[in-house]
Amino acid sequence: MTRISLTVDGVTYEEEVEPRLLLVHLLRDRLGKTGTPIGCDTGNCGACTVILDGRSVKSCSVLAVQADGSDVVTIEGLSGVDGRHPMQEAFHQEHALQCGYCTPGMIMAAIDLLKDDPDPSDEAIRHGLEGNLCRCTGYCNIVRAVRRGAQSMSSPEVVSGI
Amino acid sequence: MTEELDAGFVAKQIADNDMLSEPAPGRHEVGAARKRKEDARLITGRTQWTDNIQLPGMLHVAFLRSPMAHARVTRVDVSAALSMPGVVAAFSGQDFAAEQGSLPCAWPVSEDIVIPEHPPMAVTEVRYAGEAVACVVATDRYKASDALEAIEIDYEPLPAVLDMTEALEEGGPTVHDAGNKAFTWTFSAGDLDAAFRDAPVVIERTFVQQRLIPSAMEPRAVVAQTDGDSFTLHSSTQIPHVLRIMLAQVTGIPEHKLRVVAPDVGGGFGSKLQVTAEEVLLLLLTRRLGKPVKWTESRSEGNLTVHHGRDQLQRLSLAADADGRLRGLKVDLLADMGAYLMLVTPGIPILGAFMFNGIYKMDAYDFMCTGVFTTKMPTDAYRGAGRPEATFAIERLMDELAAELSLDPIEVRRRNWIAHEEFPYTTISNLTYDSGNYEAATDRALALFGYDKLRAEQADRRDRGDPVQLGIGVSTFTEMCGLAPSRVLGSLSYGAGGWEHASVRMLPTGKVEVVTGSTPHGQGHETAWSQIVADALGVPFDDVAVLHGDTAIAHKGMDTYGSRSLAVGGIAVLQACDKVKDKAKNIAAHLLEASADDIEFDGGTFKVRGTEAGTTIQEVALAAFAAHNLPDGVEASLDSDATFDPGNFSFPHGTHLCAIEVDTETGAAKIRSYVAVDDIGKVVNPMIVEGQVHGGLAQGIAQALYEEAVYDSEGNLLTTTMADYLLPSAADLPDFVTDRTETPATSNPLGVKGVGEAGTIASTPAVVNAIVDALRPYGVNDVTMPCTPERIWRAVQGGTA
Repeated sequence: MTRISLTVDGVTYEEEVEPRLLLVHLLRDRLGKTGTPIGCDTGNCGACTVILDGRSVKSCSVLAVQADGSDVVTIEGLSGVDGRHPMQEAFHQEHALQCGYCTPGMIMAAIDLLKDDPDPSDEAIRHGLEGNLCRCTGYCNIVRAVRRGAQSMSSPEVVSGI
Repeated sequence: MTEELDAGFVAKQIADNDMLSEPAPGRHEVGAARKRKEDARLITGRTQWTDNIQLPGMLHVAFLRSPMAHARVTRVDVSAALSMPGVVAAFSGQDFAAEQGSLPCAWPVSEDIVIPEHPPMAVTEVRYAGEAVACVVATDRYKASDALEAIEIDYEPLPAVLDMTEALEEGGPTVHDAGNKAFTWTFSAGDLDAAFRDAPVVIERTFVQQRLIPSAMEPRAVVAQTDGDSFTLHSSTQIPHVLRIMLAQVTGIPEHKLRVVAPDVGGGFGSKLQVTAEEVLLLLLTRRLGKPVKWTESRSEGNLTVHHGRDQLQRLSLAADADGRLRGLKVDLLADMGAYLMLVTPGIPILGAFMFNGIYKMDAYDFMCTGVFTTKMPTDAYRGAGRPEATFAIERLMDELAAELSLDPIEVRRRNWIAHEEFPYTTISNLTYDSGNYEAATDRALALFGYDKLRAEQADRRDRGDPVQLGIGVSTFTEMCGLAPSRVLGSLSYGAGGWEHASVRMLPTGKVEVVTGSTPHGQGHETAWSQIVADALGVPFDDVAVLHGDTAIAHKGMDTYGSRSLAVGGIAVLQACDKVKDKAKNIAAHLLEASADDIEFDGGTFKVRGTEAGTTIQEVALAAFAAHNLPDGVEASLDSDATFDPGNFSFPHGTHLCAIEVDTETGAAKIRSYVAVDDIGKVVNPMIVEGQVHGGLAQGIAQALYEEAVYDSEGNLLTTTMADYLLPSAADLPDFVTDRTETPATSNPLGVKGVGEAGTIASTPAVVNAIVDALRPYGVNDVTMPCTPERIWRAVQGGTA
């Protein structure tokens, strides 16, 4: 067992973990952060995407011990006006989700995408989200949502949580 | 609006303001693009997936699965697993043999059907790779998985049965003692011999519907618990109500002692329309151990053991006159059942039997389907379920007929489809299509697509010998939705009815609870049902709550599949509202000291005709609750139930057009534009409808271009991960142009038809038709799905060789 310390959504946790424990299982099974779901076991689907020290990672592909000393933001830790991050609101407004299982990861990946390219083209959005699979929407509305989210986040009055 | 649409067709162009998110003052909720109520929890991570559930003392289950497609199980020894840390119990199939029963098949389609025993855990023989052979119960999921490795098991290999045609040959290896033929089902109408005799044109083709893995994003998960008397099962399922009945029958737990809950469910597409081995086994485990147990599959486990879709071999003959008029169609189908018949496995190809004639008139039709056992994962419902296969066949054949006669594929369809003035029309397969307007949808699609311009570009590229050729694919489809009239299901030997149930409760404060037997898994029922109720009762949209998915709350239902929710379940909601209004009207008349005959209901208020006197439905609800002043003999409740059984199917239709650029040197195919004009009748929420169409298109296009479940020569599944089974990403799909025409269904009071499967059914043939169209100059008349670059390149080489 290894002792680790990490911050998740603003709360610091100290945990004894097996070296093999995946970050996503730490989040879900130990810390109760069930907002981050698991969609596959090979790092393909991106449903478990979280922000680790400012960049998006697939939390099924990170060991909990690798997150020692890190700052993790999950879908549950996003905040903004009315308690929603502009990207969350954009997904709602553009009907960019149906079953919603891919949505937490998709939103986190979209936020990370905008860090490199705050005003992405549709093509850049499509390629930027290649690592996040959705089986419901056909992606059109996700592209629209990311565009809308980008516009909202670029306006000065919006306070972004991360 | 095009000139053609102005020319008096009944279909109406959708007004721009239908995409308003809230209805304008005085307008109806139904038809408005309301944002979804469901989103609040889904976008913030407060969703209740089954795998989120943690209960005190909960144990975790892992299953050991067969690495062989077909083998005798000669020895299972779980003793070493029992001594592993954290392991509470371990069992083999033998341990469950006396109590596990057989997984049910509810659709024995024919007299000759063979329904083999299907033990949830294999006891003496495994028949597909992935079949459960043992399990471990431990204190956490890691320890349970670890202990699987300590289980000792001996197999005696038996020959795999993988090819349907070979499986039907005499003397070969068999999956079951009774042989490899599950059933034969036939349908015949008209004189097929006459239709083919001296027919100027006969088109013969064999199409392969490859095996698909439905791939809902949420893996299956099950939690079972008992208090020693009754049982609760949470499952990621589309069918909590059907599941409860079936599990009661399989396990012997009395139905009234079993509660089934489908919490938030992350997609299904038919794959969660099933009674699974794991659901049965977890109930048996919690009964045996007295502790709550949980199992969540890994994706690899899911690819192996969530039922697969499609997998048919279609041998087709089409006879036509020289002018392209259809004479007759012969369909000889082999349908791969896999190793066992699961809940509706044999019924899937039969649902397609009525759709091979599509939207066309013809003189004769013969259909024969043979269900075949193989040593693969069983097949069952996957988005469209039988209808995509049939639509693919006829729409591909129509393009082949057009090519044979050098006619435009639109023109050959026009010469054969049912004209809008001919509805209602009884087809050769004996369905009565109640409404439709194929001309209007097609004209609209052609205009949006820029058909003539693209044809000109295609001709130019052909003339220039451009290595990148342009193909145009057409699909003018229909489908049967709103499953289903119970009498029809009975005539097809289905084990249950096709009705749906709803309850509407008026709360004392004037708020409304709607209980629905339709069980959502991403569709947006909570929003759409609220819109229907808001209009019907004249209450605010936000004052309606929709309850579902828990047999202790929504006790009665037939659940969600077959594009049935709105056309069946939505009507039950509407009818329950009507009953509430009738009851309220009686009380309102009493309160207003008027005759009920003089009471009008408008916008939530009961008024005495010709006066200003009135009372709102909320006031009546409070009066009913207080019960101080009710008419004699009237109960103190407005609550009402309704069960709606449709008199007919509904028949959405549409015209989809796909333009694809095909690189003849590399085989790469890229969709350049895709236009979908769907006629799904009246629309409750156009935003949700558009989303359903988009998602359906993605899945249909993925069948055409990307997806295939592949087994090796020994029956091992090779596509066990999302790295091997190619689900399209955002980068693999185009933006879609969607629009609607509208001919209301006549079979229900809302005029709705259903939309969940339309995109999937229509798009696969549109895409393949486009690829074949691009390659016609190279002598190509088919490309097997999925149309990978390699297959396209080989087709070009073969065609030009």
